[in-house]
Amino acid sequence: MTLKRLLAVACTLVALLPVAAHASLSAGAVETTLDNGLKVIVKPDRRAPVVISQLWYRVGSIDETNGITGISHVLEHMMFKGTPSVPAGEFSRVVAAAGGKENAFTSRDHTVYHQQLAASQLPLVIRLEADRMRNLILDADEFAKEIQVVMEERRWRIEDQPGSLLYEVLLGTALQAHPYRLPVIGYMDDLRHMTIDDVRDWYRRWYAPNNATLVVVGDVEPEQVFALAREHFGPVPAAALPARKPQAEPEQNGIRRVHMSGIAEQPTVTMAWRAPTLTDPAGDWRPYAIDILAGVLNGYPGARLGTSLVREQRIAADVDAYYDGLGRGPSLFMLGGTPADGVSIVRLEQALRDQVARIQKEGVRPEELARVKSQVIAAMVYARDSISHQAKMIGNLESAGVGYRNDALMLERMRAVTAEQVQEVARELFVDERLTIAILDPLPMPANGAATGAPKGPPPGARH
Amino acid sequence: MLDTVSTLRRRWLAMLLIAAWPMAASATLPIQSWQTAAGARVLLIENRDLPMLDVKLEFPAGSAWENGFPAGTASLTNSLVSAGTAHLNEQQVADRLADTGAQVSPSVDEDSASFSLRTLSDPRERDAAVALLAELLSAPAFPDSIVERDRARTVSALKEAETRPETLAERAFAQSVFGSHPYARSSSSASVASITRDHLLGFYAERYRVAGVVLTIVGDIDRAGAEALAERLTAGLPQGRPLPDRLPVVERAIAGAMQVIDHPATQSHILVGAPGMKRGDPDYWPLFVGNYILGGGGFASRLTDEVRQKRGLAYSVYSYFLPRKEDGPFMIGLQTKREQTDEALAVVRQTLERFVGEGPTEAELAAARSNLVGGFPLRVENNRKILDYVSMVGFYGLPLDYIDRFVSNIESVTVEQIRDAFRRRVQTDRLATVVVGGGNGR
Repeated sequence: MTLKRLLAVACTLVALLPVAAHASLSAGAVETTLDNGLKVIVKPDRRAPVVISQLWYRVGSIDETNGITGISHVLEHMMFKGTPSVPAGEFSRVVAAAGGKENAFTSRDHTVYHQQLAASQLPLVIRLEADRMRNLILDADEFAKEIQVVMEERRWRIEDQPGSLLYEVLLGTALQAHPYRLPVIGYMDDLRHMTIDDVRDWYRRWYAPNNATLVVVGDVEPEQVFALAREHFGPVPAAALPARKPQAEPEQNGIRRVHMSGIAEQPTVTMAWRAPTLTDPAGDWRPYAIDILAGVLNGYPGARLGTSLVREQRIAADVDAYYDGLGRGPSLFMLGGTPADGVSIVRLEQALRDQVARIQKEGVRPEELARVKSQVIAAMVYARDSISHQAKMIGNLESAGVGYRNDALMLERMRAVTAEQVQEVARELFVDERLTIAILDPLPMPANGAATGAPKGPPPGARH
Repeated sequence: MLDTVSTLRRRWLAMLLIAAWPMAASATLPIQSWQTAAGARVLLIENRDLPMLDVKLEFPAGSAWENGFPAGTASLTNSLVSAGTAHLNEQQVADRLADTGAQVSPSVDEDSASFSLRTLSDPRERDAAVALLAELLSAPAFPDSIVERDRARTVSALKEAETRPETLAERAFAQSVFGSHPYARSSSSASVASITRDHLLGFYAERYRVAGVVLTIVGDIDRAGAEALAERLTAGLPQGRPLPDRLPVVERAIAGAMQVIDHPATQSHILVGAPGMKRGDPDYWPLFVGNYILGGGGFASRLTDEVRQKRGLAYSVYSYFLPRKEDGPFMIGLQTKREQTDEALAVVRQTLERFVGEGPTEAELAAARSNLVGGFPLRVENNRKILDYVSMVGFYGLPLDYIDRFVSNIESVTVEQIRDAFRRRVQTDRLATVVVGGGNGR
């Protein structure tokens, strides 16, 4: 690296420093906890007369067991099916009539209900959310129809998508004890055998103010939001929540390899190493170093994987690197890709391994580190353009047990990561004993409308 | 950054008043507009709330303009502008961009090819990012070796896409609805395989002309800064207007056939539709509001109610008009378990026929109005949304008060206008229907 280049990089970071200080998500956010345990976080953002309200329940597929997989998500669907005062479908009609957009999503760690609308309409959605926190009817006939909808959703998202099915297989192989192995949407057979009583039980167990966080971002006065929350959620009683057992994943002492066939043109490979999860935002360093490592591999235009494997060697058509150290359970570091036409999956796997071996051996360059950090800092500024993005970041940090107020600290810790730490963490992380590899073997499109069993072409690995 | 008592917020208050008294129409989303020396059209919205800037260049260089070039040329040209110039290789481009923390997103649809730049507004990062994009746009080299590489990657991705039911359905639908019109074009692995560097150079020279571009700027910059930025970004573009500057008119009357394509997926992918409307269409507002009621309003729409809520036949069912330079498609889409394909299709047809025959109820129109008017602030709540909205207005040559008049346009739509517009524009006995998967008993 030339001196000129070094200076340019240094200047970029210096220029960004003051921005970073302003960019804290939590700056200006205030919170309160109601007597019944509901936590309320409000971040005023007055750029436009709009607001987003998100209610985060701390229940997701991590809380599920075999036989009832997907139940958190099914309950999410049923939350729109009515209470004694708000009949089925009325929730959506009322929010729409108020000019709002609304939806909900379920993940491994949480179930989230969100509405975005003119700030003056916030009382309406607070009232509706409080109502369905305790008064959901859970009617058997509505359930009978809605479970069909959820099965259609699974067909659409998973059954007919070889990549999604492969991911399901990968998680089920890399993790064998922890519930992160279960698909969020549930196995089809569990959906088929789910009953309305299962869902009622799930609702009674987990939907309580002391298992929820309300996040509101927008053109609002925090004190008014707190008062609204007290008025509507205040009367909902706290509930005794079930004990949550950690179900820690045992040590993995050897490489795991799994193949799946699906209708596709190209094979794909995904490699997943067991990785640490952030638990102590001030004391931990590895999750930050791994974030930077993922960035060095694939976090900006010109990063290593794309440059080396796609552009220079032309081994891959596409590559990806993924790590998310935030969550209630174990993390994985994933590397994956699709080989370029005529390149074998074995060769791509080896090329990916060569990339991580290089970092283990040679470390990373200062300008790579600087570029990754520039992306991270700029992204913090860009995130402030969207109130829904801000609310989601706050909710995610809370859900993971890290605390949204640590966002500035986390940014600082990320900026403090050294090249030596990245190399050290690469040496610890990329070890075959903790690796699972999932490969998609392409099946040809059948001529008669039914999939055939024979893989296309020579066996995987033999193609060149 | 000094003007933090947001000027945009003050404008907002004005806008809400407009919503309450639609007669008091005056410019409230203050778009500044001018032409550069070389003839590029510039639209600016100053907003100093955040230290960032969004810029979008939109060229009439989408896939519908590929006449004389292989299908896929528009998309490959757009994505390979960032492959470097004679003086700057691909890696240098990537590194220079990464150093600024800026993001450049190329994008192509039927009508346009665009580049969105998001950067910090500090002059150091902003000027570096703008200089880089200007250099790329003025002299893309499309190096042979990179063209060859990305052509192969695109062919590979298209072959993969060609195994997917949604891709097969979209292609067949475009064919049935648009026939010989350029909107029927879909790039395929075969068409992309024939693209050469000369095609990209030729397409760039014809379509990326300075007098055709619309440049939109939103964020932390003043007028003088924006003028300088606009000159810088567009001065090096090929001179003059793109030719031709008109697309053929879409033939509205189609045969309306049913096409079934076998696929082993567990769900059938169903598309039903016909040519719809264009930007600036005289029927735009009745069709837009009517479609909200039919299938655009999510849970508030008739299609979702009939297909999903009442019968559990699909997770997602929707309808939309996609207005383009010329008539874009009107389309209804859904996916359902293959065994119930015929049942779902029958419900969709009945729902559409009833809507076109009878029109909406007054109550439905009131609910739609209430959502669209009340939800207007969500359409312009942040810089990214303002950027895309204003750029659309500029690109399609709509009046600059188009966004300001959104609310009054919605409020003036009547039940009778919706019924009349749908009856004239959606012929329920001449719809193209595509099913990928299988019908009952298949």
